[in-house]
Order: sequence, then C-alpha cells, then structure tokens
Amino acid sequence: MRVLAALSGGVDSAVAAARARDAGHDVTAVHLALSSNPQTFRSGARGCCSLEDSRDARRVADILDIPYYVWDMAEQFRAEVVDDFLAEYAAGRTPNPCLRCNERIKFAAVLDRALALGFDAVCTGHYAQLVPGPDGPELHRAVDPDKDQSYVLAVLGADQISRSLFPLGDTVKERVREEAAERGLLVADKPDSHDICFIADGDTQGFLESHLGEQRGQIRDRDGAVLGEHGGSYGFTVGQRKGLGLTVATPDRSPRYVLSIEPASNTVTVGPREALEVREIVADRLQWCGPAVGDGERMSFQYRAHGESVRGSVRVVHDALVAVLDEPARGVAPGQTLALYDRTRVRGSATITSTRSPT
Amino acid sequence: MAYLDHAATTPILPVATAALTKELGELGNPSSLHAAGRRARRVVEESREVIAASFGARPSEVVFTGGGTEADNLAIKGLYWNRQEKRPRPRILASSVEHHAVLDPVRWLAETQGADVVWLDVDEIGRVDPQQVHDEIARDPDSVALVTVMWANNEVGTVQPIAECARAAAGFDVPVHTDAVQAAGHLDLDFSASGVDALTISAHKLGGPLGVGALLLGRSVTPTPLAHGGGQERDVRSGTLDTPSIVGFAAASAEAIETRTQRIQAVAALRDDLIAKVVAEVPDASLNGDPRLDSAHRLPGNAHMSFPGCEGDSLLMLLDAHGVHCSTGSACSAGVAEPSHVLIAMGSSPADARSSLRFSLGHTSTGADVDELIAAIGPVVERARAARSRAATAQRG
Repeated sequence: MRVLAALSGGVDSAVAAARARDAGHDVTAVHLALSSNPQTFRSGARGCCSLEDSRDARRVADILDIPYYVWDMAEQFRAEVVDDFLAEYAAGRTPNPCLRCNERIKFAAVLDRALALGFDAVCTGHYAQLVPGPDGPELHRAVDPDKDQSYVLAVLGADQISRSLFPLGDTVKERVREEAAERGLLVADKPDSHDICFIADGDTQGFLESHLGEQRGQIRDRDGAVLGEHGGSYGFTVGQRKGLGLTVATPDRSPRYVLSIEPASNTVTVGPREALEVREIVADRLQWCGPAVGDGERMSFQYRAHGESVRGSVRVVHDALVAVLDEPARGVAPGQTLALYDRTRVRGSATITSTRSPT
Repeated sequence: MAYLDHAATTPILPVATAALTKELGELGNPSSLHAAGRRARRVVEESREVIAASFGARPSEVVFTGGGTEADNLAIKGLYWNRQEKRPRPRILASSVEHHAVLDPVRWLAETQGADVVWLDVDEIGRVDPQQVHDEIARDPDSVALVTVMWANNEVGTVQPIAECARAAAGFDVPVHTDAVQAAGHLDLDFSASGVDALTISAHKLGGPLGVGALLLGRSVTPTPLAHGGGQERDVRSGTLDTPSIVGFAAASAEAIETRTQRIQAVAALRDDLIAKVVAEVPDASLNGDPRLDSAHRLPGNAHMSFPGCEGDSLLMLLDAHGVHCSTGSACSAGVAEPSHVLIAMGSSPADARSSLRFSLGHTSTGADVDELIAAIGPVVERARAARSRAATAQRG
C-alpha cells in the first residue's frame, strides 16, 4: 500500500512509520503544522510549526529514508479544534481536543487529502489495535492498558478505520522506546507529550481566561447558598475538587466537588462526593465503527480519556442513547465522549449531553 | 531524476570544485603578515580581481560575504544606518517583489528602527516603474535613505529596469541597491554601467560553492557594519576570509561569464520547449511573469507556471514522487509554503498564487529533464486537481 505516515516529531509516530515501512508499504511522511500561535511556535508570523518538532520529524524521515513534507493545517486546526475547544468550555461543557483533532483533522482533512493524492491509508502512532473482522477491520484497545488510546479514536467511522494503520497497538510503550533506540531514531528518549499541544505552557485556565475573558459568577451549593466566587464558569469541570477557592467550609470539613455548570447564569454548583454519582448517561451524535449497537445490548462505557470503564446496557432513543450503568459512575462531564466497548472492541461513541443520578 | 530547481541552487562547476578543494589543503589566514598569510591573501586578491572583472566592478568594490542574504542585509541595514548620520532619512523605497533576504531586513527596519517604507508597485508581469522611483524621491529627496530593487525576480524571473531606476535616483544622490543573486552569471550584468551603488551576488547560484557571496559596493557608499571585528573588507565586513570558498567563487564566476552567451541560449531554448510542452499537456496552464522570453526581460532558465485548480504543494509532492524536482517559490525553515507575495503583488488572488510551480533550468539541464517532467505533468495535475476539489467539498460539507 501507499501509506502516508503522520510524524509528530515524537517517538510513537516514528516507530509506527518505521514498522509500516518494514511491513513493505511505500511510506511517505508528513508533519502537520497545526498552530500559528507565536507563543508555542517560534516562526509564528509565517505560519510555521514548532521548529524543534518539525526538525525531529524530518530526522526520523531521513533515518527511515522516506520522503518528508510539512502540511500546513493551521487554519483547519484553529477552526475545527481550537475554536471548538473554546466554544465548548464557554457552553459549560468539557471538550477533548485530541479526539476532535482525530475526528476532524487527522482522519478527515489529512486522510481525505492523502486519498486524493493516491495514498491508500494514513498511519499514526496511536496505541490501538486493528483486528480483521467479518465486516472489515475492528478497532480494539491496545495491549498496553496505560497507553491505550482507543478512546480518542472512538469517534472514527468504519470507513476511516479501514483507511488507518496503528502499528503500535500490540506493543507496550517501554518496548516502543527500546525499538526506537535500536533503530537509531534520535527521538527515542523524547519525553511523552501530555499537555494540549496548542497550550504551550500547560496553563489551560490561563488560556481560557485570555480567550474568553473574566466572567465573575457564584459558586453555590445544591440549596442555592452562595459559597464563593469564580472568574468564569468555563474554568470548571464536573467532578473537579481542587482549586474551587471556597471560603465557607462544610461542617464536617468534607471535600466538595463540582456537580454542574450552568453557563447561562454563570453558576457553578458544588456538593459532596456522593452527589457526583450518576446511573444514567445521556449522549447524542452517535458514531458507530461497525454495526450499530442495538437497544438493550450490554456494553462497557468509558466516559473520559484516562478512566476506567463501567458496565451497563444501552437504551437507544431516536438519535440519542442512554447508557444505563450497573454501578454508579463519578465525574461524568457533559461534552466528553462516551465510548462504547464490547470487551476490547470499540463499537462506537456518542457525545455526553446530560446525566441522571440514582433515584 | 530531473533537477528543475537551479534557481534554488545549481550544481557546482568542476573548475570551482577543483579550485576550492586544492585551496582547502593550504595554510594561511589572509590577514596574517607572514609568508603563509601573504600566500592566502594573494589568492583572495586574485579572486577579487577575477570577480570584479566578471561583473564590471573594480577590485576595491568587491566585499566578500557569507552569501547573498548577508550581502543584502549589509546593504539594506548598513546603508540605512549610515544614511541617518547627518540627518534623519526614514524613507526606504523597496519593490514589493523582493526576496525575503531584502524584504525582511526592510520590514525589520520599519518595525524597530523607525524606517518608513514605500513599497514600489509592480505591474501584472512583476515590473517596477522607474517613474514611480523618481516621483517618490522627488516628493522629498532628503528623507530617502536608500532604494532597493532586485535585478531579476527569483520566483517569476522578471528582469527589472535597473539602469532606469538607478538613473531616476542619481540626480538626488540617493544610494541604490540591487539584489542580483538570480541575475549574476546569467544576464548581461555590468556593475559600473548599471549606475547602482550596491549589488548582491551569491556564488552557488552561478556554479560556485555554497556559503559565499559578495556585495559590490561603490566607493562613495559606506554601509555601517553588521559585524565589528578585525576590520577586513574595507572595515565593512569583519571576519577571517574564507579563502577556499572565495577561490571557488572566482573560478565559477570566470567560467559562468566565459560560457554565458552560449549557455543561456541553450538553457532558454530548453525552457521555451518546456513551457510549450507543459501547455500542450495541460492546456489551461499559464506562464507567470514577462511573456517576452528573451534575456532582456526574463531569466533564461525560469518557467513559472500556474495550474488552475491545483495546490502547488500537492503538485510538488506528486512530481517529487516521479523524480521531478521543482519549487513552489519560497518556503520557510519548517517547510510550510505561504502564498507568494510576488504573485500577490502582481495581482493574483491567494488561491491562484498557491496554484503555481517554478521550474528553473541551468547548465546541466537536458532535453531528458524536460521529457521527464512532461511524462509526469498531465496525470499529476489531474490528481492534484482531484485532491483540491475533494478538500473543497469536505470543507463545505
């Protein structure tokens, strides 16, 4: 196959591209220039990407002896990922920009362009497995549970999955690093990136404040009593405990958590841990990677990127679904993606709109 | 492989390689006073004479630099600073189609040093109007620090009316610089006859080594140095002279001038053939720049063409996969292409500006190179068009 390997400049995408090449594919590398933010990127004025990452990616391509290009996706990235990130927070929801980037950029704009230019597939360093199935490749969790990224790929449809290569899904991260070193890839020791790539200093709160402005509002308990003030409801996520800045303590000094965010009145409601528990998760924007999940099917549900999954059954309501959980879940934030798993297989995803508590 | 990117860099001439490698084994700092130093200095001075003779300058007018960009910066910033000594002269007249090596120092002077830039317009073929140069100076002659207009454009190949621009400025005693990086060795270029005060040359564009160039500098102008130090090169450009590169530069210059007439005829004939055959394969492809293909109007090796409905980036990548090397114009260090400011200044829309490619031929080009391009260009354009329309559909959807 003719394969377009996305090289971020990190170790995972480098080893993924190397494995695709070793598998006999005709591999071409692209580095995506995703940001023109001059704070994150030195040559911002001319729309360049991070020079260091771009150089690292170029050196990987040199060592693999494959062609290398930079694709400027900054405009699409701003419109589809960064603006969406801000709008979601402004609406009191909690977005996942990596997932949005996969959905709209890597496996949409980039994949489309690659196919049009004569490539057969896009290869990335995501930790997830593609397993041949009767209806085409199935998306499964990676063998390394700490690195599994099937959740951020759960937004992809069957056609996107069938045009993807994830060569790292069967390997643990430690081994990927060793392999990078064995292959002489200079990025073998490069630290993992954890932060949101377009917020260079890692200060999400500061980023939101500078883009959305200060909006003072109140923090209340479930009875409506004012417990404190905040500078913008967008700064909170359901389930958050730290950084609430509350001045009135609970009588037993037990911690309080964000229960809900109401952007219209700019109010953040807090309460005890047990009030976070939800039994039902309502989600829309259904996306199946394979056959649709039917009413009553038993599934595992994962509702945030680094979290456990909970078992339950699906109730399909028109173009939305309700996940009815066996055990209560905590910290379920509207805006996050609900991924549906059948054992290790990703069956699809939906966007969380609301939750219901135990009755 | 078809190498159609000679304007980026052209293969080094064997005479230059021979001169350079021989000198690499020799000892001596040209500034030293002993025998080894005198030997090196002699090589530098002989090279200076060869280069001066090649481009119509006196030996004392040749200031060696580390390449074209440094020579441009020395001329632009150095002359600007020097011209502020007696009275403030904030205005810089610069063509809007300059290479970044001129464009960016001019912008930097505007952003940080109080310069007031007059961007000279170009017409639809990329030519400046000497009358505008005259009128802008005449409006307030004492406020003009310098004029800079390139000899020939690196992207679209248009040759500028340099002598007319120099004449327009001459009566006002305003120094004129020209970036002749693309012209030197290829066009009929005579520094003293041109009337300009400063002229930039880069060795590797004419078959010499990378990393060396010269600013031809009239004796009446004294730019403020960018780098202070040992006082080499008329105290204008300090730093130990790179004798091997300089002797390679001289050997290439001499050969480029000696073979120029014949070579540019052959190169231009190949280029004309390339244009005709590309248009035969892709009927709506069009040539940018001056339609007059003689070397008084257009660089002999330059064919800059637009392919409507294509992204230049896609074309370049697809041609690269076919072994055809060309360029979309200028790229920054991370490799992201911007829509060409040259085409924008000539009246193109950003979308049209992104749909173009530069093919540039040189001394090693052959008919086989053209044939390779022609064999690939039809399907490549078709594929790039499909990619663009697909992307447009996806964005609307």
